[in-house]
Amino acid sequence: MIGLPLVYLLSGVMFAAFAGLSLADRENPKRLGNAAFWGLFALSFLAGDHLGDLGNGVLALALAVIAGAGQLGVGVPKTTSPDQRESLAARYGARLFVPALVIPVLVLAGSLVFKRLTLHGTPLVDPKQATLISLALAALVAAVLAQVMFRQPPASAVQEGRRLMDLVGWAALLPQMLAALGAVFALAGVGKTIGELAVMITPADSRFAAVAAYCLGMAVFTIMMGNAFAAFPVMTGGIALPLVIGRFGGDPAVVCAIGMLSGFCGTLLTPLAANFNLVPAALLQLKDRYAVIRAQAPTAVLMLIVNVILMNALAFHA
Amino acid sequence: MLTLLGVAVIVLGFALRFNPLLVVIAAAMTSGLAAGLTAVEVLAAFGKAFNTNRYVSVAWLVLPAIGVLERAGLREQARRTIQGLRAATAGRILLAYLALRQIAAALGLTQVAGQAQTVRPLLAPMAEAAADPLSDDDRQRVRAISAATDNIGLFFGEDIFLAIGSILLIVGFLDQSGITVEPLALSVWAIPSAIAAFLIHGARLLLFDRTLKPQAEDAA
Repeated sequence: MIGLPLVYLLSGVMFAAFAGLSLADRENPKRLGNAAFWGLFALSFLAGDHLGDLGNGVLALALAVIAGAGQLGVGVPKTTSPDQRESLAARYGARLFVPALVIPVLVLAGSLVFKRLTLHGTPLVDPKQATLISLALAALVAAVLAQVMFRQPPASAVQEGRRLMDLVGWAALLPQMLAALGAVFALAGVGKTIGELAVMITPADSRFAAVAAYCLGMAVFTIMMGNAFAAFPVMTGGIALPLVIGRFGGDPAVVCAIGMLSGFCGTLLTPLAANFNLVPAALLQLKDRYAVIRAQAPTAVLMLIVNVILMNALAFHA
Repeated sequence: MLTLLGVAVIVLGFALRFNPLLVVIAAAMTSGLAAGLTAVEVLAAFGKAFNTNRYVSVAWLVLPAIGVLERAGLREQARRTIQGLRAATAGRILLAYLALRQIAAALGLTQVAGQAQTVRPLLAPMAEAAADPLSDDDRQRVRAISAATDNIGLFFGEDIFLAIGSILLIVGFLDQSGITVEPLALSVWAIPSAIAAFLIHGARLLLFDRTLKPQAEDAA
């Protein structure tokens, strides 16, 4: 069965290639740092299951130390100049969009079809990972297609991948690191403590106050934990079930649906949701690491207010 | 209560702009030690979770394809497409994208677009081309709001789809608490917020055009 191990192998090979090319890149004064960083990341993908928990912890610590010590540079592999790109764009025109569109089409097709493929009765592809496997396959096909259609040099896929990866830099690792932090926070009972605090300060006497406390609690907890999914059980168990639904008779479907969306308002406001908020800032080479959050903030705050009003208006039928 | 110090480390560390990877490890250490674990236990727990969450980083596999396309002129082609449209403004392009992203996410197609595969190579260059000529500061603002529009479209669309993670989480949680809710009932009640998000962010996008300072074309 094709599953996550194959996707991890592919990722490991890609990062190992980034590491090797970084090492050979004499124009990057920090090439050793880059090689070590991407090399360790490759090791995690290729051999993470054999390193042991402590081994993986040391690996994560080493990655953080390399990045924190400023040892990560930006490699500048030879690529086409802006003028060359203009003339390539003029030559190939709209055909350039084809491989870019192949990615979503294959992801969609794969996630629908892979779940049904079986070989001698066992699934050919792990159904739980169908989307991730489709994404890996789509990325591979699109890279090869782009190389062939536009006659790009054979090494360009890896070199261009490295160019973009170095632009993202340490931010590439942050979403995974934050997921690990979430697990440690759960182990230490951080979420439970915040939930108890929120319940303690929630006013229990008015319906509107309970609704506002639940929505606001979802958003604030999400800002602190970086993830609305972590906030939902704590806030809903602490405030929504006993008060909004229990005492004031709110419709659970309305309360929970809008409660989750209030959490999403928090996601738009927190640097802890790194893959949405910090990674794009790196990808788009923004000077201010928090520029995307600033751009989202007015919408997020207004939507939080709207969610409180909507829940108050829609959840109570009688 | 002491375990909350980890959250304080995160807030301070991010506010003072230390390297976030170090801040994350320091926060894990703080909360773990406060909860009575040893440093080695915290590091092992962190390492275990780091390893099981590797799937989060698989999305980077898309970079080589995007890189080759950029090398062959994809971003320039995205610009050229927009330059042919007289009515195009940054705000209108982003508004159209917001609608598409919300609708696609509502149909469960959350992975068809994203920051690496759509915003960097296509959306941001298109929005910039429609607003050119731009000052450096305004260019940064156009890029930031392009990324923001992708996130907002995704967040306020995906919950309308029945089988998305957050809906399944709600159904499972309520079920444990003895309340049965149909996924359909939940996704229906995500629609009012989705419409409000489109109106609010859409209005902001149209107003955004007016905040871009006109730039003298003959800067030379």
